Amino acid sequence: MFLGRVVGCVWATVKHAALEGQRMLVIQPVTPELRNTGKRLICLDCTGAGAGEIIYWVRGREASLPFAPSEPPIDTTVVGIVDSIHLKTEPKVPAAPAAARTPTHRKGKRNGNR
Amino acid sequence: MLIARVVGELVATQKHASHEGRKLLLVQPLNLDGSNRGDAVVALDAVDAGVGDRVLLATEGFSAMTAVGRPNSPIDMAVIGFIDHIDLMPGVS
Repeated sequence: MFLGRVVGCVWATVKHAALEGQRMLVIQPVTPELRNTGKRLICLDCTGAGAGEIIYWVRGREASLPFAPSEPPIDTTVVGIVDSIHLKTEPKVPAAPAAARTPTHRKGKRNGNR
Repeated sequence: MLIARVVGELVATQKHASHEGRKLLLVQPLNLDGSNRGDAVVALDAVDAGVGDRVLLATEGFSAMTAVGRPNSPIDMAVIGFIDHIDLMPGVS
């Protein structure tokens, strides 16, 4: 499975009968840090995901299994909406407050020396 | 199958019913020298792996479904084992 972001919808009037009533989404694959990676693709949807949501999708024959017993001719399906991602990263000091603190601190010290 | 490292976990409430009751892991596939091989992927957990573990990753439908015990469900990646040690011939990396 791969992470992605829903960036659009596809509408098709004339399509394979097994695709009737199914939503097709435009997905931008993303990294766990939510940076875009790779090219956009079209997935069928079995979760009800909406624009802007982070989702995960499957690729291959498994993509048609959520729609059993119907077998739509598809190769990618959105199978889950991501609530949160917990990444193992080094704890980072927030950049903005640290930058704001430093000048004030130095200023105070300099005034003290005078 | 690929060598991979578990780099995180993922929470999803709205998902296909066959994914319920299994951990969703973020795993980073690795080359033999330990460097990253492409982007991290989402895999279901069949062996109770945790963040930081070096694991075996099945990247094909049938093996992944069988490993997590959910046949005929939309699963294409699963963590199916822990790697303790890798022995390589000299000169291979």
